[in-house]
Amino acid sequence: MYKILSREDLAPNIHQFEIEAPSIARKAQPGQFIIIMVDEKGERIPLTIADWNRENGSIFLVFNVVGQTTNKLAAVQVGESIMSLSGPMGLPAEIDKFGTVVTVTSGYSVVTIVPVVQALKEMGNRVISIMRAPTMDSVFGQEHLGAMSDELIVTIGDNSCNGEPNFVTEPLEKLLKAEQIDRVITVGPVCVMKLVASVTRPHEVKTIASLNPIMVDGTGMCGCCRVSVGGKTMFACVDGPEFDAHEVDWPSLMARRCTYASNERGWSQYRCLDCAQW
Amino acid sequence: MPATSVAGHNTDALIVLSGDCGGIVVMPKLNLNRVEMPRQDPIARGKNFNEVALGYTPEMAAEEAERCIQCPKRPCVEGCPVSVNIPEFIKALREGDMPEAVRMLKSKNSLPGICGRVCPQESQCEEVCTLAKRDAPIAIGRLERYVADWEQENKQAVESPTSDQPEPTGKKVAIIGSGPAGLTAAADLVKLGHSVTIFEALHVAGGVLMYGIPEFRLPKAIVQGEVQYVTTLGAELVLDAVIGKIDTVDELLANGYDAVFLGTGAGLPMFMNLPGENLCGIYSANEFLTRTNLMKAYLYPEYDTPLGMGNRVAVIGGGNVAMDSARCALRLGAKAVYIIYRRSEVEMPARREEVENAMEEGIIFKFLTNPTGFLGDGRGWVSAMECIEMELGEPDDSGRRRPIPKPGSEFVIKVDTVVVALGTTPNPLIASTTEGLETTRWGTVVADEETGKTVKDRVWAGGDIVTGAATVISAMGAGRKAAADIDKFLRSN
Ligand SMILES: Cc1cc2nc3c(=O)[nH]c(=O)nc-3n(C[C@H](O)[C@H](O)[C@H](O)COP(=O)(O)OP(=O)(O)OC[C@H]3O[C@@H](n4cnc5c(N)ncnc54)[C@H](O)[C@@H]3O)c2cc1C
Ligand SMILES: Cc1cc2nc3c(=O)[nH]c(=O)nc-3n(C[C@H](O)[C@H](O)[C@H](O)COP(=O)(O)OP(=O)(O)OC[C@H]3O[C@@H](n4cnc5c(N)ncnc54)[C@H](O)[C@@H]3O)c2cc1C
Ligand code: FES
Repeated sequence: MYKILSREDLAPNIHQFEIEAPSIARKAQPGQFIIIMVDEKGERIPLTIADWNRENGSIFLVFNVVGQTTNKLAAVQVGESIMSLSGPMGLPAEIDKFGTVVTVTSGYSVVTIVPVVQALKEMGNRVISIMRAPTMDSVFGQEHLGAMSDELIVTIGDNSCNGEPNFVTEPLEKLLKAEQIDRVITVGPVCVMKLVASVTRPHEVKTIASLNPIMVDGTGMCGCCRVSVGGKTMFACVDGPEFDAHEVDWPSLMARRCTYASNERGWSQYRCLDCAQW
Repeated sequence: MPATSVAGHNTDALIVLSGDCGGIVVMPKLNLNRVEMPRQDPIARGKNFNEVALGYTPEMAAEEAERCIQCPKRPCVEGCPVSVNIPEFIKALREGDMPEAVRMLKSKNSLPGICGRVCPQESQCEEVCTLAKRDAPIAIGRLERYVADWEQENKQAVESPTSDQPEPTGKKVAIIGSGPAGLTAAADLVKLGHSVTIFEALHVAGGVLMYGIPEFRLPKAIVQGEVQYVTTLGAELVLDAVIGKIDTVDELLANGYDAVFLGTGAGLPMFMNLPGENLCGIYSANEFLTRTNLMKAYLYPEYDTPLGMGNRVAVIGGGNVAMDSARCALRLGAKAVYIIYRRSEVEMPARREEVENAMEEGIIFKFLTNPTGFLGDGRGWVSAMECIEMELGEPDDSGRRRPIPKPGSEFVIKVDTVVVALGTTPNPLIASTTEGLETTRWGTVVADEETGKTVKDRVWAGGDIVTGAATVISAMGAGRKAAADIDKFLRSN
């Protein structure tokens, strides 16, 4: 059992939990994730390790309430425990001295990108962060991300993403035209990452996306998380979650993420946060 | 050599066997009427996840045990990978001494309730049974199950495992993985007085017995009973512990463990790299079975994990894993379930009993057929599978005749769910995070066959991680041999 040490409600339907998990805290690296199971009847879902405290033996998770498990999780209170937590899963984010790095995030990833930004800064990179929230009152995490980055750009866009450059892509495009960008890192809804990839492709800037397919075990055992990258099948939980965004087969990822759309409880009220793809 | 002067099936006279039984021996009546075990009706069971085989009644067990001729050569014991004292436990059973039957069985096999249900007896103990030469061998597996189930119901009658506490040795052993190999090694090592910690990556212990083999073939309560037995002996069980991600094997060795046993199995699914393989509705057997058995998708929505189950399901493969997947699909409501196997019926590696069960339940077998690609419905879902017919050529390395495609025999079959059950290889996580382990080109860890010792100091390995996907009993046997060698090592240091 893993105890919730503290919780903070960052925005409507976005929560941050600090959870006791010493063996994971000891090993966590930027960009890694855990698999969580709330109770015995629960599903195993992946959540990024947003931060960790090795002395306290705790990790931080930030999650968006979208379906059954995240609803269950949101109902767990401080002092209560969840049944299973395993990790740290996945390869750590690739950190090196790249030069100028732009990160593009939306939703929970505005918080989960912070350890990556911090590690990039420690390696001597210049980091420009672009973050996006759908509406004004859903903006969160900007202070922390801003403090870590050399520059922070906040964009507010509505829920549509039918190729309109009304949000993250516009400032990104400007940056790409204005100066030498050595790498772009994007984490967030699939449609945002896909758009980012399409914007950076003509500029030939190496672009990394942290993919979020459906997962079960997170250890390479089931193949549920398989993604097609450069024509090769990869398991996002062990070969990723970071991949070259220009090589990712986005339509396949989008379709696979919707595998259970029709039999998830309450799916009819739920639409993908950004593209209403089904 | 077949027995000679044996009278006909129905004679009541004493019969004489010669040759194989070591000279001329006078035997009691040879009864070739094997007692069938009651099973759920095929139509009814295709709709539920309850156990298919219902077990012997005491009368049936007694009748079947009575058939054993107690031949002195005991070929069955040699046919058993862990040399269970088969004639002895059967003798105790028919003398009505159940506690003794349990002791006999458990002295060699710590998981009889599991082995009695899932061992491929027809290619092990029962294959070499003296009666098999005439007709039906003793139903050793069924009797084993009967004795184990009796023990579960009458625990107090058998001496409790804690009755004679071993002298603590002060040595610590880490067991990685809680499948049959790890559980067996752990049980043996605690009984010898060592302090044992089992690290398991998943949220429950049991390995394939929990996530792979379905409830209707191996009830999970039985597996958990065996896990509990190992923990009541004194082994510590740490769940959610992915070794290589939390501590590595080297860190365990540096931080107080005197020896490590690797029993992490062969959990990595193989795909065929065919066009369209990542379409929705195509699962590895591991995912399909994990969702169904471990996560209990068959109880969705009471349990949260869903499984998109279509109407027309193709399961690719011919082993136990394929049979289990097909039979799960049927129980999850599929209308037509196909087994697509590239060789013919006789080459199928699955347990015979499960093939028969699957056929009885209405699974459709397409032999000599191989998939060549998958077609989508335009929305990312699989809608059909392209196949080609095969014919058998010369035997390959495995001794089975090699299937070769028949040119021009391509055809398409409509399916909306596909399960790929083509085998598994070891997960590279342990090998890639441990200094100095030797692996083969299949990713298996090299270990001594007799002792389980790897080339790395203080590290042993056994089960599927060494052999590749094999059997429960061979994994147990490997766990047992390694435990003995670890004990020897710990006592000499
Ligand atoms: C490596 C990795 C890291 C992740 N890190 C985080 C994290 O830090 N915080 C976080 O909030 N989420 C994260 N996710 C996504 C998270 O795992 C899912 O949101 C979660 O599984 C939803 O579970 P649920 O049971 O609540 O929803 P479900 O009931 O499973 O979902 C309902 C429906 O919504 C779809 N869906 C679920 N989530 C999303 C989404 N975010 N966008 C679009 N469609 C969705 C599903 O396909 C499903 O059909 C991560 C995913 C991966 C693979
Ligand atoms: C569907 C199916 C049906 C089968 N049917 C039969 C049958 O009828 N009869 C038969 O004899 N055999 C059968 N088998 C084969 C048999 O189950 C296996 O040979 C046996 O379970 C192997 O045992 P093991 O202990 O080596 O590994 P496993 O049972 O695979 O257990 C390994 C354990 O290690 C854990 N693990 C892996 N990596 C790590 C890590 N890094 N850290 C911590 N833990 C880790 C895994 O989660 C798992 O729990 C079947 C297999 C399958 C998949
Ligand atoms: S989540 Fe099962 S293999 Fe990646």
